[in-house]
Amino acid sequence: MNAKKADKIATAIIYILVGIVVLILVALLGFILISGLPHVTWSFLTSPASAFSAGGGIGDQLFNSFYLLILTLIISFPISLGAGIYLAEYAKKNWLTDAIRITIEVLSSLPSVVVGLFGFLLFVVQFKLGFSIISGAIALTFFNLPLLTRNIENSLNGVSNLQREAGLSLGLSRWKTVTKVVVPAALPGILTGIILSAGRVFGEAAALIFTAGQSAPMLNYANWNPLSGDSPLNIFRPAETLAVHIWKINTEGIMPDASQVSAGASAVLVVAVLIFNLGARFAGNYIYRKITASK
Amino acid sequence: MDAVKTELMKKSKASRQDQRGKLISLFCIFLIMLVVLSILYMITSKGLATFFENKMSFTDFFTKKVWNPSAKPQPLVGALPMIVGSFGVTVLSAILAAPFAIATAVFMTDISGKRGQAILQPVIELLVGIPSVVYGFIGLTVVVPFTRAVFGGTGFGILSGTFVLFVMVLPTVTSMYVDSLKAVPRFYREASLALGATRWQTIYKVIIRASIPGLLTAIIFGMARAFGEALAVQMVIGNASILPQDLVSPASTLTSVLTTGIGNTVLGTLPNNALWSLALVLLLMSLVFNLLTRFIGKKGAF
Amino acid sequence: MVEKVNKEKSILTFPADREIALETKNVQVYYGDNHAMHDASLQFPRYSITALIGASGSGKSTYLRSLNRMNDGIARVDGEIMYRGLNINSNEVDIYQMRRRIGMVFQRPNPFAKSIHNNISFPLHEMGIKDKSKINEIVESSLKQAALWDEVKDDLGRSALSLSGGQQQRLCIARSLAMNPDILLMDEPASALDPISTYKLEMTLSDLKDQYTIIIVTHSMEQASRLSDYTAFLHMGKIVEFDTTKNVFTNPTMKLTEDYVSGNFG
Repeated sequence: MNAKKADKIATAIIYILVGIVVLILVALLGFILISGLPHVTWSFLTSPASAFSAGGGIGDQLFNSFYLLILTLIISFPISLGAGIYLAEYAKKNWLTDAIRITIEVLSSLPSVVVGLFGFLLFVVQFKLGFSIISGAIALTFFNLPLLTRNIENSLNGVSNLQREAGLSLGLSRWKTVTKVVVPAALPGILTGIILSAGRVFGEAAALIFTAGQSAPMLNYANWNPLSGDSPLNIFRPAETLAVHIWKINTEGIMPDASQVSAGASAVLVVAVLIFNLGARFAGNYIYRKITASK
Repeated sequence: MDAVKTELMKKSKASRQDQRGKLISLFCIFLIMLVVLSILYMITSKGLATFFENKMSFTDFFTKKVWNPSAKPQPLVGALPMIVGSFGVTVLSAILAAPFAIATAVFMTDISGKRGQAILQPVIELLVGIPSVVYGFIGLTVVVPFTRAVFGGTGFGILSGTFVLFVMVLPTVTSMYVDSLKAVPRFYREASLALGATRWQTIYKVIIRASIPGLLTAIIFGMARAFGEALAVQMVIGNASILPQDLVSPASTLTSVLTTGIGNTVLGTLPNNALWSLALVLLLMSLVFNLLTRFIGKKGAF
Repeated sequence: MVEKVNKEKSILTFPADREIALETKNVQVYYGDNHAMHDASLQFPRYSITALIGASGSGKSTYLRSLNRMNDGIARVDGEIMYRGLNINSNEVDIYQMRRRIGMVFQRPNPFAKSIHNNISFPLHEMGIKDKSKINEIVESSLKQAALWDEVKDDLGRSALSLSGGQQQRLCIARSLAMNPDILLMDEPASALDPISTYKLEMTLSDLKDQYTIIIVTHSMEQASRLSDYTAFLHMGKIVEFDTTKNVFTNPTMKLTEDYVSGNFG
């Protein structure tokens, strides 16, 4: 077989394989959106789920997903920021730094179900928090920390050393230089990372089924006292999220319209991830322009 | 003059700030280290309880085929079915995904030019981000009926799990491999083409060969994801803790037994401890995958 | 006045009544095992401009960066750097206070990604000056000193990154001046600028020497001879000759210096 012929055949095979991949991707996204979006109505998005009859919505689950996401980011962002600053700005090249990096990598490679089980053991059982939003948020934090830390470290490393030298030469402490000069300059990258990680957190289920639980108690949206039992803000109540809901109704759901509800909920999840992805791009660019452009 | 001198010798606010800042950031690091160490410690101690407290045999755990920890009088903890199931879906999905990932990545970097990449890149990023329960749901409504119709059986089983995981790891492996292909220097390509090699010869003999460590890392990364994936697999594999005889009958993986079992057992009893042993296997395997990528990363250039 | 020490180098020293702003005694700089600067002993007289010249790799930037300890964490610096009777290359001096007294302007302009006003007001604020009108006053006076005020006064809220390279560099000078330093260290401040911006920058610097001691690294001999009162010629990590600029350029003592300033240099 001569080289020209081999080239043609190989190229054809590559095109076929890529064609199949594209077909799968299109079919996948098409299936989710086409089978799901028709079910997504305002009442579907706002009404509570129903366990036995058709017509249930995903209102509480949607709220829970967002609430958990926000709590998770509130807990994980400061820790990741501190850790990222340490790695990018203070860490010296020595065994300790290597050990830190390996540890963080190990955390990022742990299956989320393992992280969830640990959360279950420590918070639900040991600390007696029960299936609760706070247990879920902490489990999601564990799962989110390594990615966010690495992203922040990379964003900080992307800021020119000239900026650090400028701050230091003015007699600013390294800490102030980092927090007031380097971090703001790295903001586009950091924000992109936060939003992308938000997409991951939003869709995570395995870490939650044994921490935030699989039940959605009735919520009273008129009650905003975080200490009261049926308040949506109560962090000690169990909270089934959208992703957990999809898993739950597909494994043990008995309502007649389980597959429609899951199709709708899946479409909502995918659209949310899509929005997070686009949002990450947009927000990063926006902030970058705002920093560099004239007002 | 003297005022300046004393000021120079006084410890400034900035230097106190710096110490505090370093302490704060170091504290965050130690928090993360603490989390990792506690995870390792708790899962290990829980996982070993099966063998030390309940005196179950270590070798039986890895070699026996019957999983029935609540059987009386003699509980049976043979984890082989789950271990085989987990490795089965992982290896098969990696084998299936590899050619597609290679083709797509090569297509993006060396064949399609800018436009193909501009379209495929965001789509692949989106797919990496799609939650696993969505893959599970599609597996349940599309893949399982498809497998049943084409390959027979119930449709639930290793084959369906493989298909679902294939689609899940494909974007991960592809996007990682694209990165390492991009790192192959431009002049490798130019030199090869200038010598009269065809595009395929260049791709096959130069580019892919130069990026083999990157490819391996990407595949192992995909395998780690497949091995640790819980819900999507659990939804399509059938959840029967028996050694799979074929690819289309119900089987189970470490993760699927864990997710179904933890809620139905009492903490501290053998049936529960046995599940933690499965979690320990899962944890150790993720460490092994981690070590493998580290090892390859050290050797590879790109 | 000129004291010819030996064949290796010719270093000018000053009479006791000449006020010295900064003096280094046997400064050595090491990057790991690489001994990058040998025995640098120089006096920088107050209210003058001293130029450090030499080929790339001669150690002039390394030496300059040691003078306000910007090499901390990058290189090891031995020897004494005397400022106001204190050795600033030691723990007895607070490095942050010292850097406010000994400012630095870098090769590439490095304004913060903030507005023009905040570039100057932010470090002042961190220094403990909270009074708004006082800050505005300093912003204005330092921008005037750096000859940038007229170009930017109408829009101080604009991002500093939207300025031209030359304007950015003058903003960086203004930012250093706002800290009210004694000494300004400048590391090839014009190397990234076009000729017109360079000219403006040089005008600014000559105006500043009435109030500041300036030490400037430059690769342009024209710039050194136009601008400076004293010149040190560095070669391969050693200070070969230090004298008045006039002497260095017209009547150098050392053969190496003569080769360099006359352009017969490898």
